[in-house]
Amino acid sequence: MPRVEFLTGNQAMAEAAIASGLRVFVGYPITPASDLFEYLSDKLPRYGGIVFQAEDEIAAINAIIGATYSGAKAMTATSGPGFSLMAESIGFAAMVEAPIVVINNMRAGPSTGIATGTGQGDIMQTRWSSHGHYGIVAFAPWSVQESYDMVIKAFDTAWRLRVPVIVLGDAVIAHTREPVEIHEPGEASVYERKKPRDPPGRFKPFKPDREDLVPPMAFYGEGYAVLAESLSHDERGYYSTRQEVYESLVKRLVEKIERSRDRIASSDAYYTTSSRVLVVAFGSLARSALALVRMLRKSGVKIGMWRPKSIWPLDEDGLVRAAEDAEKIIVMEMNLGQLYLEVSRILGPRGKTIELVPVISPQLPSHEELLSFMYKAGVKIG
Amino acid sequence: MSQQKLIARGHPLDKLLRTERLPHIWCPGCGLGTLLGSFLRAVDYLVSKGVIDEKQLVVVTGIGCTGRLSAYVKLDGAHTPHGRAIPYAIGVKLGNPRLVPVVISGDGDIASIGGNHLIHAARRNMDLLVIMANNLNYALTGGQMGPTTPPGAYTTTTPRGNPERPFDVARMVASIGGNYVARWSIHYPVQLEESIKKALPRRGFRFIEVVSTCPEIFGRHVGYRTPPELYDRLKKVVRIKKPRALDDIVYDWEKEITLGVFRDEDEPGYMESICRLYSYEWCREIPEVKWARRLAK
Ligand code: SF4
Repeated sequence: MPRVEFLTGNQAMAEAAIASGLRVFVGYPITPASDLFEYLSDKLPRYGGIVFQAEDEIAAINAIIGATYSGAKAMTATSGPGFSLMAESIGFAAMVEAPIVVINNMRAGPSTGIATGTGQGDIMQTRWSSHGHYGIVAFAPWSVQESYDMVIKAFDTAWRLRVPVIVLGDAVIAHTREPVEIHEPGEASVYERKKPRDPPGRFKPFKPDREDLVPPMAFYGEGYAVLAESLSHDERGYYSTRQEVYESLVKRLVEKIERSRDRIASSDAYYTTSSRVLVVAFGSLARSALALVRMLRKSGVKIGMWRPKSIWPLDEDGLVRAAEDAEKIIVMEMNLGQLYLEVSRILGPRGKTIELVPVISPQLPSHEELLSFMYKAGVKIG
Repeated sequence: MSQQKLIARGHPLDKLLRTERLPHIWCPGCGLGTLLGSFLRAVDYLVSKGVIDEKQLVVVTGIGCTGRLSAYVKLDGAHTPHGRAIPYAIGVKLGNPRLVPVVISGDGDIASIGGNHLIHAARRNMDLLVIMANNLNYALTGGQMGPTTPPGAYTTTTPRGNPERPFDVARMVASIGGNYVARWSIHYPVQLEESIKKALPRRGFRFIEVVSTCPEIFGRHVGYRTPPELYDRLKKVVRIKKPRALDDIVYDWEKEITLGVFRDEDEPGYMESICRLYSYEWCREIPEVKWARRLAK
């Protein structure tokens, strides 16, 4: 039975991970993710899970990849600088199809930036942090409840598709306290792995099923002699430089996510019917943006809002639907235009005017302050 | 006897190898084959004696010539990004404490790019065996200077000789702690095998350095062009000793590279330490507890 608690975003994410069956959490202290780590340090062992403090974030991400191959649900949580350090092994996780969950509570960058400030500058980094081409899934909550729900969805997606899943929180949501409906530990419905159907010797650890392109997963200790190979590999997991092998592997790592797009991609639309202006915003900034939209509507402006819940992949159909009646799209984000690039790619060819309101501020602006950022950017309504 | 018959009989260790992947990539005369042989014989022995189930073993390697080893061994394993074998192996252990991860990787992988992981694993007395092949340079990438390269040595990145001082990796690990620290060279495959037999079924952090010959790259650059020449040159300086203090352990390509067992303790490892704080259901089933009892006998 779900119960209601009054938690911060970080605590809600931790609770969601426990509810999803988290067995191994590996962390390294960083603001604004340390309190999530601390919360789990106290709580997770009571439910049979291990919390381990790594020597750095590189160790943290590699340890959780190893843990998933041992059969454990595993997660780490970090912020910009730590997420940058993890970059190489995000690609490793994608390559060996390790179902890891990484929470990245975005803060004000670049570099050490403002450790206690919030930010939304990691959109493109989340998609492209590691070298080469691979697929990635990312969700971005705007409330404590969504922080909870999206971590469960992250585990479900990671294990269903064998992909690294990023939850893009931010410093504001991480520390905001709100009522949240939570499940008992282990109660959340999370996909369990597809087990090998062939016996050891015949089983090919990277041979995908045809319908979802996801290979069943053998765990260490089950006698399959499975090799998690970071090199380009064939269906047996054996290194191969053959063009066809390499091509089918790289394409599959991307296509398996594309094929499940309907299950992953999600968004919410507000007041979009017959609105001539559409605001696009996500995460904590979308709260101020929605307040602004409501204020403007009160003064008679026909304005609506679209908020992506999944960032990678974006709910492109949802965006196109939300923008149907709009002539002008205003993307508001706490960077100098990252989501803007995607929105332009999707809506640009549809003849919409797309404008950007960059919010470079370590604090979340109120809706009135957001209005002044709009003026600063020279963006007018209507 | 016809040649066909000889081939058909195979090798007694074939059962532990992905024979379809052979021949391996290692150069003729490379010391890594000797290391692999000692490792597999030790595993075969421990499995046959019922000390360990081969299903429990997970061989984790990093990047480099040595890193390719996990591809040949027919056990669970991983070929991780450069330097990350140790944290990956720790994750394997945390994910399923009944498993026995073994890291086998080169000196560049373990002591340079992965050096931070090495010292912290030793500090924690993490339940993990790390076997580090030391071929004195970055071989797979073409012979650059590494953390173990002797001073003065010519490499592709030190064309006028190496101005740096090397790590004595085994001595460094012994100075931090860990339950078992040893150094051998490929001249002593039997001692190495015995050492692995001792170190594998044991709790806490265990580290074995294996000074290996890389005739193709390192040897060629420093003037020992054939496998026997490099083998003999290295043989001149390796010396088995029972050091009484850390200062007795030497790593000097000109004078002496000390071999032997530098640390031999039996303190509870990380997994047992967390079992003192929390009553995990697996605490009674971890192999480390069984091994500690066996050692006490
Ligand atoms: S390059 Fe050196 S270390 Fe690598 S396989 Fe050849 S001889 Fe061995």
